[in-house]
Amino acid sequence: MEFDPQLGDIRFGCGLSPVVPPPVSVAAMLSSLQGPDRAARDFPVEHWDDFLSRTKYKQSLRQLRRQNRGTPEAAEARKAQKVLARHAREAQMHWLGQHLLRRTWTETPFRERLTAFWADHFTATGKVGLLRRAATPYVETAIRPHVAGRFEDLLIAAVLHPVMVHYLDQDSSVGTNSTRGLKVPQKAGVNENLAREVLELHTLGVGGPYTQTDVTELAEILTGVTLDQVAGFKFRKDWAEPGAETVLGRSYGGEDARLADVKAALRDLARHPATAAHLSAKLAVHFLGDAPEPGVAEAMAAAYRDSGGDLSSVYAALLQHPAAWTPARRNVKPAFDFVASACRALAIAPEAMAGLDAKATMRHVQWPLALMGHIWEKPDGPDGLPEADNAWITPQGVSARLQWALAVPQMLLRDLPDPRDFVVTALGPDAPPNVRFAAEAAESRSDGVGLVLASPAFQRV
Amino acid sequence: MAQNLNRRAFLSRSALLGCSLAASPLVTPVSFAAAPGDGRLVVIVLRGGMDGLDALRPYGDPGYAALRKGPFGVDRQAEVADLDGYFALHPALAGLMPLWSAGQLAAVHAVSTPYRDKRSHFDGQDLLEAGTADFSGGRSRDGWLNRLLTLLPGSDVETAYAIGRGSMAILDGQAPVSRWSPDSDLALSPQALTLARLVMQDDPAFAAAMEQAFALADGDGDAIAVEGGMREMMTMMNDDAAAARSAAGEIRMADFAAQRLRGDARIASFSINGWDTHEAQDRSLPRALSRLAETILALQKGLGGPIWKTTAVVAVTEFGRTARINGSGGTDHGTGGMMLLAGGALRGGRVVADWPGLDESALYERRDLMPTRDMRAHLGWLMHGLFGVSRSDLERVVFPGLDMGGDPGLLL
Repeated sequence: MEFDPQLGDIRFGCGLSPVVPPPVSVAAMLSSLQGPDRAARDFPVEHWDDFLSRTKYKQSLRQLRRQNRGTPEAAEARKAQKVLARHAREAQMHWLGQHLLRRTWTETPFRERLTAFWADHFTATGKVGLLRRAATPYVETAIRPHVAGRFEDLLIAAVLHPVMVHYLDQDSSVGTNSTRGLKVPQKAGVNENLAREVLELHTLGVGGPYTQTDVTELAEILTGVTLDQVAGFKFRKDWAEPGAETVLGRSYGGEDARLADVKAALRDLARHPATAAHLSAKLAVHFLGDAPEPGVAEAMAAAYRDSGGDLSSVYAALLQHPAAWTPARRNVKPAFDFVASACRALAIAPEAMAGLDAKATMRHVQWPLALMGHIWEKPDGPDGLPEADNAWITPQGVSARLQWALAVPQMLLRDLPDPRDFVVTALGPDAPPNVRFAAEAAESRSDGVGLVLASPAFQRV
Repeated sequence: MAQNLNRRAFLSRSALLGCSLAASPLVTPVSFAAAPGDGRLVVIVLRGGMDGLDALRPYGDPGYAALRKGPFGVDRQAEVADLDGYFALHPALAGLMPLWSAGQLAAVHAVSTPYRDKRSHFDGQDLLEAGTADFSGGRSRDGWLNRLLTLLPGSDVETAYAIGRGSMAILDGQAPVSRWSPDSDLALSPQALTLARLVMQDDPAFAAAMEQAFALADGDGDAIAVEGGMREMMTMMNDDAAAARSAAGEIRMADFAAQRLRGDARIASFSINGWDTHEAQDRSLPRALSRLAETILALQKGLGGPIWKTTAVVAVTEFGRTARINGSGGTDHGTGGMMLLAGGALRGGRVVADWPGLDESALYERRDLMPTRDMRAHLGWLMHGLFGVSRSDLERVVFPGLDMGGDPGLLL
């Protein structure tokens, strides 16, 4: 079993495209990750710093309201706050369209898949106000630039990002014996949420070699990591628990609290062999299905250890393993991959997507995704989306996919392709005969296209 | 095969295919598992924080008049539905008075989850659905209704339904549950339906899920196969989507819940949104309350006499709201609140409360209604009575670490 361009696009990319050619080799897939990020340039979304200008503006409006209670200025400020909230909501829908366009047109589809994988691995979003729209700016800034670099850099960028600090309550963690904790004892208390998820989800894994003591100690190391008034990152020494702490047998910090000690602890966790094993197994399941051949994850973990956590080396071990190219397609696309790969197969034009206002994007994309089981940028918990196929192949999930496939493509594309051609565009030359037949026998183009997209042959990679 | 089949030959072949599928167990799922008893529990999650003090007004408390004036209160006593000379229902809940008179409506006041102080919807709902005391064991990955299922002998995937488009973490967990949103109706032409079966037929997992979807969609009110063109289908889909966002959405969820509960299902849960009434509460809260009342009445009607007799419906919310009205005619996130119950299984017609009073000093942090009991204790006793789950199992598995205390006797 060796490299196959079509499988490269279907299994490790965003699906087949009638316009963008599939990858020519594993080497090309890997080197493309080192090249410029054209998809991000062509279909921009907001970076975190720009998003922060929204929260800063909101902060200034709140101040204005406080200082001018009962005056027309306060009423104006209240109105402006509402407009600000609406614009952020609309921006979130615009970015959803941009994510689809990136997947539709990218020549480096592996990067999109990896970004989504790591964004889910480091699931975080805002819980209140404007921050509820912050997931995309967080991913664009903290995750995307690091997906082909060293895991420790990705880990530090994600864990110390304000959205993560907020999402996992690190901003309410105050060392009991810190300056602040001693001054305001009712606000003192270490919150273990972020520390626990760093160990359980982000690095070692739930079965990893850590104890509750390690969680507590890491939580104390993390004290001081918090936010400023407008949700920017801030390290407050006076919130940090004084003294050294020990995690997995190593001691960090001393009397003087430093952010460098937090980073040192995270780096050591990133380099731990249990982290190598946990991440490799998760990547293998994500790309190859619920039960990948064990040798794949082992080869990836070895590459991780040998390279000091260089993610590109891990991806190389994955793509160079024969099991990566097994022709049988078993793995079920998660909901977003399904919708996005349909857009790619249909070559939805940027203008068509741009022509959708926020309401239309909700109706054609966000709500259907929710029915398929993916509530966009509103995760159920820090463990993110399910990997298991049976979480997606449910009566509701399958019917939502079928309904979307039959109804929505015609909203995005004025001239639907001939289903007899589309079956090959979407499924490749080995499209199964029953799907070919359905495409031909359908009463309308929209039915034919929809049946191709709804077929297990399209939904399994 | 495809190339040699002309369309007519295919259609007659697929008619046969249709017949054989109709007889297949996938289309008409037959469950041989013994259902866990006759009790039914419907949990409605009121997302956004319902103002218990407005929904169920303690007008007999001397502090109430000072806190709630104008449209919120006592000076309009004629409009409200008096219950017992002390508590009165908000006028928008007046439609439930017949249930009250029949002893099939009850309320528990001044209760809350263990959640305190941060007053965030996100955390509050997480804790409400997780059913734990706090997040010290990490944010929970499962919900208390799912943990209940693990204790019900004979329960299977059909025993509990999470209904609606939103997430229902209350039913997340290791026990298999069914999920369905009545607005995921399929609108297909008869031929597309046949062809959909054809493309799925070689993949058992997809085929089974689709057949279950067809069975569910067919049973929830409107047919899946739509005669006519794309225009009719789009209209139907848009109607479904629109209905899901209006009061009719909750009625459809209630109807669907009732339909499943008449069969093998014993537990259903869904959400009603719209309770976050920070401003102009006299306009926003009545809308949410009448949706709740209509939903309860739809459940009563849908379940029908004998099954309604064994049913308890309970509406819970993540927290109550501030005792005082804020500057924009609304209320802000608070603590203690109210839990509404309905159903023929109830010993109703009463308000259960260890009433804390509304003096400023009696309020939680001088601002919110003081919770005097953990709402999980009431929920625990409900499950004990409906499903015969032992108190120790409830305190160990469903609500770990909870002391349920005395039985409030909510059930007949």
